[in-house]
Amino acid sequence: MNNKEKYRKVFQETFEISGEQIDNAEYTVTAGWDSVGHMTLVAALEDEFDIMMDTDDIIDFSSFEVGKQILKKYDVIIDE
Amino acid sequence: MSIEQLHKMNPYCLAQQEKESILSEIVIEICKKHYHQCQDYKKIVDFYGVDLTDANSYYELPFLPVRIFKKYNLKSIPKDKIFKTMTSSGTTGQQVSRIYLDKENALLQQKVLLRILSDITGKQRLPMLIVDSPDVVSDRKLFSARGAALMSISMMGRNPVYVLNSDMSLNVEKLQEFLEKYGEQPNIMFGMTFMVWQHFYQELKKKNLCLDMKNTFLLQSGGWKKLQQESVSRERFKEEITKVSGISKFSDHYSMAEQNGSVYAECECGHYHASIYSDIIVRNFKDFSVCDIGEEGIIQVVSCLPNSYPGNSLLTEDIGVIEGIDDCPCGRKGKYIKVIGRLKNAELRGCSDTYAAKY
Repeated sequence: MNNKEKYRKVFQETFEISGEQIDNAEYTVTAGWDSVGHMTLVAALEDEFDIMMDTDDIIDFSSFEVGKQILKKYDVIIDE
Repeated sequence: MSIEQLHKMNPYCLAQQEKESILSEIVIEICKKHYHQCQDYKKIVDFYGVDLTDANSYYELPFLPVRIFKKYNLKSIPKDKIFKTMTSSGTTGQQVSRIYLDKENALLQQKVLLRILSDITGKQRLPMLIVDSPDVVSDRKLFSARGAALMSISMMGRNPVYVLNSDMSLNVEKLQEFLEKYGEQPNIMFGMTFMVWQHFYQELKKKNLCLDMKNTFLLQSGGWKKLQQESVSRERFKEEITKVSGISKFSDHYSMAEQNGSVYAECECGHYHASIYSDIIVRNFKDFSVCDIGEEGIIQVVSCLPNSYPGNSLLTEDIGVIEGIDDCPCGRKGKYIKVIGRLKNAELRGCSDTYAAKY
């Protein structure tokens, strides 16, 4: 599985969403992505990519799209 | 200057004079918005005869008694933009404060809270213990203000471990398991002050257990009223906790539902600091004039966070004192304060009612 697939899988399993719902996933908008869901998502991403994010990045991790930029800082490249 | 620019700075980097000018600009701008979008706020400002377009400093802004949020639904956003309604019971009376947040304001509060606290504990996310039961966050239907606070703060840690059982008894096994794993490295424990005292400290004492938590940083909040009734001071609290657990690093913070986010965190010298996002003015009990350093009075809080409700300048029901400005040995700039206690209800009702009656 490449990074893109792994990244999508984390969203799919955390929020039980698929397809376009994943691309459009957004904090406080997507069902289940509230503050509790947020911590679950962060934990799953950290496990999947074996990284540890800074607090600032966790706060700023506000959507599927924004998350890609944030993961870049940790050398996790989602879009080739 | 905007709040966005404040986010790029260290939360304690500005000396008081510079901070006052920057914060004034931001806060007055937001108050102007409230003036146009909240009828009741406009009435108050007009009653005081304050011309916001003329104001140069937040010292000139009218200060609303915090109780006003119990009696009136003050907000500057349309109903359909309400994302979250924070309620606070306060400590007296049956009515609750209702603070209306839009999404933007809720996220801003969270961001600032974490920026402030991580300046105290360090940016790196550490293994975290939470002195509460997992039930407080697992059942989302019962999700309380306490649960919300816990979720925010748990972003500072990694894989938070809840050390209380559902019946609020201490899960010693879980605690020891955590310490075996992480006890030799820096870690954080967070809890509401009274719960730490009641369910952590008292339990360890009763069970005659002594733990080695020398690497644990105890982060707490939630106020001291209950412990003050039991005559437990901040100093005694620290001493006693150190005795049973070896914890020697502590940080409490002063906060309120009416201005969530811009909290006043305690530094390693035991001083509660105002960050660049907010400030404290201590007012004279009788004539509300500004008190000098070292002079006790009523605490007024000024914050640039309230954006969806007109809560930027509030008179609390707490007594406090400015201990110093720009000169704390910890290096953090700005004012640092001490919260002494709460106003007596009788005095308070008078002043609160006087204010409410003014419009």
